Amino acid sequence: MRDVSHLNITIDKSIVDFIEECLQKEHPESYLIAVLHKVQELYGYLSNENMYQVAHLLGVPTSTVYGVATFYHFFRLKPKGKYSISVCLGTACFVKGADLVLQSFKNELGIDIGETTSDGLFSIDNTRCLGVCALAPVVTINEQVFGNVTPNQVPEILNKIKTKSDTIE
Amino acid sequence: MNMLNVIIDDKEIQVPEGTTIMQAADGIGSHVPRLCYHPILSTEGACRICIVEVEGMNNFTTSCNTKIQEGMKIKTNSPSLMQARRDLVELLLDNHPRACLTCDRDGNCELQNLSYKLGVRERLFAGERKRIPIERDNIAIVRNAEKCILCRRCVRVCAEVQGISNLSQLYRGFNTIVAPAFESKMDDSICIMCGQCINVCPTAALEEKSHTEQVFAALNDPTKHVVVQTAPAIRVAIAEGWYDEVGINATGKAVEALRRLGFDDVFDTNFGADLTIVEESNEFLSRLEKGENLPILTSCSPGWINFMEHFYPEFIPNASTCKSPMQMTSTLIKTYYAQQKGLDPKDIYVVAIMPCIAKKYEASRPEHFSEEGYPYTDAVLTTRELIWMIKAMGIDFKNLPQNSEFDNPLGESTGAAVIFGTTGGVMEATLRTAYFKLTGKKPKDLEYTEVRAVDGLKEASIEIDGKTINVAVANGLSNAKIILDKVKSGEKQYHIIELMACSGGCVAGGGQPLPNTSEYVYPLDSEIIKKRQAALYQIDKEEEVRISIENQSIKKLYKNLLKKPGNEIAHKLLHTHYSEKFPRGVK
Repeated sequence: MRDVSHLNITIDKSIVDFIEECLQKEHPESYLIAVLHKVQELYGYLSNENMYQVAHLLGVPTSTVYGVATFYHFFRLKPKGKYSISVCLGTACFVKGADLVLQSFKNELGIDIGETTSDGLFSIDNTRCLGVCALAPVVTINEQVFGNVTPNQVPEILNKIKTKSDTIE
Repeated sequence: MNMLNVIIDDKEIQVPEGTTIMQAADGIGSHVPRLCYHPILSTEGACRICIVEVEGMNNFTTSCNTKIQEGMKIKTNSPSLMQARRDLVELLLDNHPRACLTCDRDGNCELQNLSYKLGVRERLFAGERKRIPIERDNIAIVRNAEKCILCRRCVRVCAEVQGISNLSQLYRGFNTIVAPAFESKMDDSICIMCGQCINVCPTAALEEKSHTEQVFAALNDPTKHVVVQTAPAIRVAIAEGWYDEVGINATGKAVEALRRLGFDDVFDTNFGADLTIVEESNEFLSRLEKGENLPILTSCSPGWINFMEHFYPEFIPNASTCKSPMQMTSTLIKTYYAQQKGLDPKDIYVVAIMPCIAKKYEASRPEHFSEEGYPYTDAVLTTRELIWMIKAMGIDFKNLPQNSEFDNPLGESTGAAVIFGTTGGVMEATLRTAYFKLTGKKPKDLEYTEVRAVDGLKEASIEIDGKTINVAVANGLSNAKIILDKVKSGEKQYHIIELMACSGGCVAGGGQPLPNTSEYVYPLDSEIIKKRQAALYQIDKEEEVRISIENQSIKKLYKNLLKKPGNEIAHKLLHTHYSEKFPRGVK
């Protein structure tokens, strides 16, 4: 057991237990990516506070943890939005102009892939083929599927969600 | 040892198994150009400049991390190697600001020098360049990521030598930067501000926060009484700004140069060092008597103090409460000296010349401000900054008289003070005074060579008056970790531990002169550090008085003001306190 008496542990017990397991093994530091996967699975992203706690619990410098987290595109450093937008960039969607659709979402929301709007409402995610190529280009927002999307439709789609969100909440 | 036959540049030689191509080539005088390589750090193979041709291999191979194999035929130069190295440097330059003329490292930049040596005379690959704001508003270290070439020397020195790992490579590809976790400012990170990253940086991506302009302004302000103090390690390094020779004692010239820069008084931080010893040995002996808070940990290295606060706050009760020599001297300038001179302390501007980056931070600590709210130390200049100021004023350092002396009342010092500038020096000085205080007489042999630790860690047992004093000396914070962990686990018990942040002590501080990179010498080269250390020990040897407690000016100070070591007034002026700092470093 590492001395972490200085740490106010707020990260979930399942993560602490998993790190404890890793510490029993040879080269515990090599389980860093596995630990970060678990954190992201549970919280949806890697917060600075959680990365700091992982660093101290696992005994890996905080800068190394952050270096790994920023190196791999899979890791998210900000929470997902309430509405997670996936623009399919598979081959079929791409040749039908999915890149322009994606650009339109980026412009409308002022965020990049992997980012979240400041109101926490929308985030754009990196997406591979969704398997509905007949509807290309395809966009999914949470569970809802939009087919044959054109860049011009993007403001309207976002507006509908915003209004819905306003009335429901 | 198994010897291998190898042919390098048509020379047949034998080298021990495990030798790298670069080492073997160096051995026969073939210096392969290199950039990310640094002799005291692990090999990285990041820059690819040190490529060579090995017969039978399809591609060029990096000589820094390829080991010699039996029968290798190697060429360190060929037209295609020259072209490849040029291309590599051109690609680095393409992503680098064209700011050589206004860069602090102009003339002392390894990238610039390499580019010149390899014959890069035009820039063929003009493309996109990274644009990253300069982090200027830190207290001690300026980070300019635009000038970073991703050699990772800073990352390595921070992890391998200092055991801190504050810096890491973040993001990937074109967006890669070197920064602390969460891209926080250096000030908000676990950086202990030792400045070793600055020493190893081949460009100007990391630099000290300059205080030269504010010092020039103070010197030109007629309402200010500007005084300066210089640390022991300065006098044996400053001459490197003008001479190729290392280890010259230039105390007198430095004093003269400071006077010509316009300082009203030139004091010696050594005075503060002697005073530190008197206070600290008193503190030690009283703890020894009471048997509490042992081992006592020295407190003069501000990098070490930062490290303790970020990594080992549990040792705070063990740290000596003595202010560092710099802060003792500054405090006395604005109290004792101000009173003697009839000056308002607010009109006195105190500049400290230090081999150190962390001293800039130390000076800014709220603990080192007076009750009226002014800092005891107004500005801290590194040796490098002082060299530049002397050159900027056209002072012909080489032709200055050698015998200028420090001003009084804070100019007298003993041989025990000057060795503060090297690892083991504070320990040796403490032992001399402790012996004197315990036995009432001088030790037969003043030189405690057993604590002169050059290689990072040393321990010894010293007999004084029938008592055995167990001591340890650690320099380089990865060594501090080793020793503190042993004390914590109970494996080792010491009475005194001297800790210095930089490997070799202050002579190898983050603010010391960088060697001329056109020669094949690197900053922190162990030969340079040894020569500076030897020069300090030589000064000590030549001093008539070599025990701090025998410093006459200090005796006078106690008589006139402080009365007794460790009493109330001494505590108010000369002692300080520490506190746990966040973020905490991972041990």
